[in-house]
Amino acid sequence: MNHIRTIISKEWADIRRNKLVFSVVWGVPLLMAAIPIVMLIVMSRVPVSQSDYAELGGVLKNPLFAGMSPTEAMQSVLASNYLVLFLMMPLMVPVTIAAYSIVGEKVTRSLEPLLATPVTTTELLLGKGLAAAIPGVVTAWLSYGIFLIFARIFSVSDRVFSVFVDPMWLVAMFILAPLLTIMAVNVGVIVSSRTSDPRAAEQLGSLIILPLMVLFIGPLAGFIMLNATTFWISAAIVALLDVGLMHLGVKLFQRETILTRWK
Amino acid sequence: MIRTEGLCKYFQSDGHPIKAVDGLDLQVKEGEVFGFLGPNGAGKTTTVRMLACLIGPTAGRAWVNGLEVGRDDLKIRGDVGILTESPGLYERLSAQRNLAIFAELYGVKDVPGQVEKYLKLLDLWDRRDTEAGTFSKGMKQKLAIARALLHEPPVVFMDEPTAALDPEAAKTVRDFIETLRGQGRTIFLCTHNLDEAERLCHRIGVFRQQLIAVDTPEALRRQLFGRQTVVHLAQLTDQMVASVRGLSFVQNVEALPNQGAAGGKLVISLSDPAAQNPAIVGALVGQGAQIQFVNELKHSLEDVYLSLIGNGR
Ligand SMILES: Nc1ncnc2c1ncn2[C@@H]1O[C@H](COP(=O)(O)OP(=O)(O)OP(=O)(O)O)[C@@H](O)[C@H]1O
Ligand SMILES: [Mg+2]
Repeated sequence: MNHIRTIISKEWADIRRNKLVFSVVWGVPLLMAAIPIVMLIVMSRVPVSQSDYAELGGVLKNPLFAGMSPTEAMQSVLASNYLVLFLMMPLMVPVTIAAYSIVGEKVTRSLEPLLATPVTTTELLLGKGLAAAIPGVVTAWLSYGIFLIFARIFSVSDRVFSVFVDPMWLVAMFILAPLLTIMAVNVGVIVSSRTSDPRAAEQLGSLIILPLMVLFIGPLAGFIMLNATTFWISAAIVALLDVGLMHLGVKLFQRETILTRWK
Repeated sequence: MIRTEGLCKYFQSDGHPIKAVDGLDLQVKEGEVFGFLGPNGAGKTTTVRMLACLIGPTAGRAWVNGLEVGRDDLKIRGDVGILTESPGLYERLSAQRNLAIFAELYGVKDVPGQVEKYLKLLDLWDRRDTEAGTFSKGMKQKLAIARALLHEPPVVFMDEPTAALDPEAAKTVRDFIETLRGQGRTIFLCTHNLDEAERLCHRIGVFRQQLIAVDTPEALRRQLFGRQTVVHLAQLTDQMVASVRGLSFVQNVEALPNQGAAGGKLVISLSDPAAQNPAIVGALVGQGAQIQFVNELKHSLEDVYLSLIGNGR
């Protein structure tokens, strides 16, 4: 347990001093958090015509938006859709950290002395995994919290605000987001144990945000409805993937391979 | 303290097996500084990695500090200190932080105390808050040595501690290692530097995939070259050479006349110089020789090493 804490604090101290990684960890989420907020503010000012409203089409079938005025509907549909982007943070941030923390240590050769200590592989993976996962989840929650503050101020009506605190977001933020983080960490670990180029690891790892695009484009295109069920189903799928990836990760992360494979 | 039996490590490289270590039988005693000498690619680093439980042997067995490699790896890792081939420090973290992390991972009770002790021992205390990445190579190496010793391990592996250092930094590191001698620690020192091996090590193993020879530097010399006396003479005649050759205990005589000057030297192989040199001097004086110097011929460890590695080819 102490070992895990030491590893986590070491990782964080190291990240804090690495400008590139640090800016990815905090800069990208901040940027993403801004998108739905901007959307929210713009839509509270811009008059919405009937034709704009009609363009929303299939999305309006979602009971969440039933009986809303065009302005209300526009604001809540667009802002809530972009809220899905918050789920990218638990994917991108941990992949970046995990790739950096394992491949980076391979490159600087600091992994060998670390592996020589009486730390078990489980402790090492847990330490590095948690160090990568926690900032991912925390940035997602923080962004959501900040968004809610703005939503309270700029929502054109209470009905609109209620869309943003719908229980489905609790499922998304508190169940789906952590599960996505676990997925990201495992992908980071797997990619790291196969490559010794931190950038390659990071880029390969960030491919996992692609499936998430389904949740983003789906509702706008009208073939997915944003609701608790959708998030529960996504969570179930990700949970299954997590179990598989975790097995693979632990299997692939072998001290000897990590230490002696330089390709 | 360290024992291996038929220890092997094979790597697979592009489908070809590479025998990095191929049947190493070795015993290192408690408190001994053991020099592990071998050319590049001999398998020294691979051996150290196996003994420090970083990689598993392909075949054979090894025991470190009474524990078997492959069975008690976690325990062994806690009991040994290792100075890896490259220092591998956390370059963005301070010297102090670097050590504190490892002190915690090794389960050191008094973390700040041990960190301070070793920073001071290695003359890094004043630079404790400096990022390790800004250190010179010599300072990095010292920090890495401190990291290997923090938990007071009974067995220490050092993989070429002075290889990348300039002569001055190398001397500092070497002097420090010398202070570790006789503190009861067993030290396994990989090195290319023969003077270093001679000065620091109780025994030396010359190694290339297998152990070629192992003994004290002195014994290795004797074993290879026997003992030799050199006599410098103001004149050198055939009668003088014959008189020495006539002595029953003399194994071999080599006469080397000086180039472009009178006189020369005799290189005489014998078994007990202290007892036999007087008779040689007597015989030469009997022939009217004027003796300038009588010395023991010292072969350098380099001669020993090159001759051993050459034979192994
Ligand atoms: N991970 C690996 N994969 C494949 N071959 C390896 C690996 N590690 C070492 N080898 C090979 O094993 C042999 C021994 O290497 P090792 O690093 O142990 O030698 P060394 O004695 O430490 O050499 P040096 O003095 O250069 O440090 C070399 O031929 C090397 O190419
Ligand atoms: Mg080596």
